[in-house]
Amino acid sequence: MKPKSRRFTLQSFTDVGASILAILAGLLVGFIIMLISNPSQAVDGFVAILTGGVKDMKSMGQVLYFATPIIMTGLSVGFANKTGLFNIGASGQFIVGAYFAILVGVQATALPGPLRLVLALLAAAAAGGLWGAVPGLLKALLNVNEVIACIMMNYIGMYFVNFMVVRTVFDSLKNQTTRVPSEANLPKWGMDQLFRSGASASSVNSGIILAVIMAVVIFIVLQKTRFGYEQKAVGLNRDAARYAGISQKRSVVLSMVIAGALAGLGGAFLYLSGSGKAIDVVDVLAAEGFNGIPVALLGLSNPIGIIFSGLFVAYLTVGGFNMQLYEFAPQVIEIITAVIIYFSAFALLVKNIVERVRRKRQEAADTAKPPDPPPGASPPVKEVPTA
Amino acid sequence: MNIVYFLVQQTMFFSIPLLIVALGGMFSERSGVINIALEGTMIMGGFTGILFIHTFQDALPGQPILLLGALVAMATGVVVSLAHGYASINMKANQVISGTAINMFAPAFAIFVARMIQNVQQISFVNQFRISSVPVLGDIPVLGPLFFQNTYITTLLGLLIWGASWFVLYKTRFGLRLRACGEHPQAADSVGINVYGMRYAGVMISGALAGLGGLVFIIPTSTQFNATVSGYGFLALAVLIFGQWRPGRILMAAFFFGLMKAIASSYSGIELLRSLPIPSDVYKMIPYIATLVVLAFTSKRSMAPRAEGIPYDKGGR
Repeated sequence: MKPKSRRFTLQSFTDVGASILAILAGLLVGFIIMLISNPSQAVDGFVAILTGGVKDMKSMGQVLYFATPIIMTGLSVGFANKTGLFNIGASGQFIVGAYFAILVGVQATALPGPLRLVLALLAAAAAGGLWGAVPGLLKALLNVNEVIACIMMNYIGMYFVNFMVVRTVFDSLKNQTTRVPSEANLPKWGMDQLFRSGASASSVNSGIILAVIMAVVIFIVLQKTRFGYEQKAVGLNRDAARYAGISQKRSVVLSMVIAGALAGLGGAFLYLSGSGKAIDVVDVLAAEGFNGIPVALLGLSNPIGIIFSGLFVAYLTVGGFNMQLYEFAPQVIEIITAVIIYFSAFALLVKNIVERVRRKRQEAADTAKPPDPPPGASPPVKEVPTA
Repeated sequence: MNIVYFLVQQTMFFSIPLLIVALGGMFSERSGVINIALEGTMIMGGFTGILFIHTFQDALPGQPILLLGALVAMATGVVVSLAHGYASINMKANQVISGTAINMFAPAFAIFVARMIQNVQQISFVNQFRISSVPVLGDIPVLGPLFFQNTYITTLLGLLIWGASWFVLYKTRFGLRLRACGEHPQAADSVGINVYGMRYAGVMISGALAGLGGLVFIIPTSTQFNATVSGYGFLALAVLIFGQWRPGRILMAAFFFGLMKAIASSYSGIELLRSLPIPSDVYKMIPYIATLVVLAFTSKRSMAPRAEGIPYDKGGR
C-alpha cells in the first residue's frame, strides 16, 4: 500500500519537525532573555550553551553522565504516556529508588561487590515500582486523578527519603547520604579514560549503556509484544481497548509500576555512579524526575527518540555550566527547557496544518482526475504525482 | 484555649491561600480548561507582589502597600494565564503539558530575575501587615481571638472572594454561561455563547486568583520569597477536586487542608503533639497522605466538568 507508507513518513516527519521548531523557539527565547539581562556577554554566553557539550572529551563524557538519569525518567514518563497516563511522579519514584540503591550499596556488605550492585539495582526498581503502583492502583480502583496522586507521592517520597536517610545512611557532617563503597558502584568500563581531558576524567560510567539498553528493551516491548500492543491500545482508545477485551485496570497499574521502576532505576544509575553524588537532606523535589517530562515530550514518547532527546537536554545542561563563565544564572537553561515544553504542546497545531495542506492537495488531485473513463477509451494518462 | 486560638489562626494562614487558588482553579475548570499551572502562576504572582513590596515598603504604609502588591500579583497572574489560555484555547494544545511548562518556567524566571536585579535569589520584605487585633471585633470574647486577632487583611479578602465567586458562578448570567462552556461547549456555542471568550475569561480569573494566592501564601508564613510556594498550587488542585468543583465544598476542603498544614508546621508549639514520639518528617507528610486518602474516598463519584481538558473545536462534532 503506497499511500499508507507515505502517510507514515509524512507523519513522523511532521512530528520531528514540531520538536525541532519547539527547540528553536526555546533557544530563541533563551537568547532574548540573555540579551536583555546582559547584552555585552549574551552572544558569548549563548555560544557557550551551544558548544559547551562538545568543547572537549570531558564535556562529552559529562553529557553522557547527565543524560543517564533523565533518559531513564524520560522513559518512565514516556511509557506511562503510551498508556494514556501522565506520570508527573517520576521525581518521587526516582528519589525512592536512589535511596534504596544507596541503602543496599552501603549496608549489604555481606555480599561481594557485583552481587551487591545487582541487588541495589533490583531494590531501586522495586521501590520505584511500588511508588508508581500507588497512583496506578488509586486510578484503576478508585478513579483518583493520577496527576494529583503522583504529585502527592512526590512529596511523600521526598519526606520519606529524608526521614529514612537520617536514620540509616547519614553523613551528619555533610547533611547527606554516606558514600557508597566503590565496589558496589556501576563499573566504568574504561569510559572515564576515554572521555577525559588531561588529568581530569568525566563522571561517565556504564549507566549510560544500561540506560540505552533499557530504552531498546522498552522499544521492543512496545513494538513487538502483545503486552506492549495492549498498553498502546488502552492509551489510544480506552473504549475500543475494553471492547477488545483488554483489562484497563491491569494496564493502568502495570504501566505505572513499570514507569516507576524505570524512574527508580534512573535514581540508582545516578547515585551509584561513583561521582560523589549523594542525596542531600533538604526539602527539595528531585529535578531529574521533572526533567523526564521534556525528555519524553521531545522524544515523542518513543524510547529511541527519548535516548536522543535525553542527550539533547543533557547537552544543554553542560552548555549551561559553560555559560556560567559569562556570569549568567544557570536558570537560563531551565527557562529554555520550559519554553521548549510549552511549544512542543503546540505539536498538534503543526500536525493539523500539515494534515490540512495534505488533504487540500488530495482533494485538488481528486477533482482534477476525470470521472470514470468510458469503457474502451484509451488508458488514462499516468497519474500526476500528488504532493 | 490558647492552643485552640493559635491553631485556628495558623489554619487561617494556610487555608486562605488554598481557598483563593482553588477558587481560581474552579473558574478555569468550570469553563473547560484544566489549569495545572496554578503552582507556577502562584510563584509568578508571589514574585512580582513581593518584589513590589520590597521596592516600595519604605515609601508607603503597611496595609495600602499590601493591597497594591495584591493588585500587582493579580495582574501578573493574568499575564501568565494568558500564555496558558493561548496554548489551550487557540492552539488546542495538551493543557497538562502547557501547564507543566509554566510550572517549570516560573521558579527559573523568578530566580533569574531576582539574581539579575539584586544578586541574591531571595527577596526579603518587612512584615508590617499583621493586625494584632481588629478594632471592636477583636474584643468579642471567644470569636475575637479566634478570627479577629493576629490576622491579616488578606484573610478577609479571601472570604470576600469566596462569597463573590459563589455569587458569580451561580447567580449571574456570566456564571451560567461559564458553566455551560465547561459542560457542553457545543450546546453553548449553538445558542450564541462565545466559547473561546468564556474560556479565556475563566482562565484569566484563575490566573488573577492564583497570582493573588501566591502573595497571600508568602506574607504570613515567611519574611522572604525564595521562588517557591511549597507545592501549594498542587494542593489547591487537590482541594478543588476534593471540593468537587463547587464553592461551598471547596471552602470546607480548604479548611481541612489548612488544618493539616497548620498541624504539620506548628506541632512543636502544641504540647500534646510535641510529646508524641512522631518525627517532624512524618508531620510534614501528613497533608499529602491526607490528600491521597481523601481523594481515594471522594473520586469515585467525581463531578468534574464534563468537557474539562478537551479543546473546543468549532468545526468538531
